[in-house]
Amino acid sequence: MMTAELHGAGASAAMIATIVVTSSTGEVLTAAAMKSLGDLDDIRARAGMMGAIRAVVTCPPFVAGIFFMALAFFSLLFGLNHMNLSLVGPAAASLTLVTNTIAAHFFLREKVDARRWTAAVLVCIGVYLLAH
Amino acid sequence: MAQHRLTFQQFLILAFVSVSVPLADSSLARGMTHLPAISLSHPLSLIGAVFTPWIALGIALLIGYFASYLTALSWADLTFVMPATAMGNVFVALLAHFWLKEQISPMRWLGVALISIGVSFVAHGPASTTPPLLTENARPEGSTPEGTTEAQP
Repeated sequence: MMTAELHGAGASAAMIATIVVTSSTGEVLTAAAMKSLGDLDDIRARAGMMGAIRAVVTCPPFVAGIFFMALAFFSLLFGLNHMNLSLVGPAAASLTLVTNTIAAHFFLREKVDARRWTAAVLVCIGVYLLAH
Repeated sequence: MAQHRLTFQQFLILAFVSVSVPLADSSLARGMTHLPAISLSHPLSLIGAVFTPWIALGIALLIGYFASYLTALSWADLTFVMPATAMGNVFVALLAHFWLKEQISPMRWLGVALISIGVSFVAHGPASTTPPLLTENARPEGSTPEGTTEAQP
């Protein structure tokens, strides 16, 4: 019954969407953590390599980001169990670029101008063409 | 608003972010294909694979990639670092064509061109467009919010 429910375009879209959303959430949380810490080279100069590692791994958004990246990884494994790599790979890789750009604009307050939007779309199409 | 130009060291970090994943994937693939087939009924045999030279090299490269990626995110925007990581796909295609003599379809060459153009678009802009979110505790004593990177006018 479960297997039957996972067939069809809707199920494939839902699985790819899960990969994309969890992956983007993980990357945005990780980026937010690194922005909040500041330049790691400065921290390393001040507190040494172990101090820099400690600063990163004890940052709550970083831990949350790793959790969502792990979810994205297992979602990818689940997706590969039901769909072909030639569909999941290019779709997830290229769509994640677009959702990351949108999330960076709204959640990280990055100034995503026309230049960066154009770059994101070009790279998105390029990754799809290369991986497909 | 903080707008940074890349120092040579930061450029090297971004270059490593780009090439480390395809190199790691190649090492892992080479290592796994040289091992006997691993059965699902003996998953622990995967642990032994970790200590073979090619797999160990692949894991070391992935650890290096993640450290470099996090370092890059500490002084550059996510929308700046992302296209740089996509350049790895271009390096793989170029290596496959010129080194391994593989045939690359016209559509894939188009993909290489689009990624290269996209990356050049971003590379000509500032690395960071967000104000520093450093707290007073995290900021080194006596340093400015701009840190060690060169400020763009």
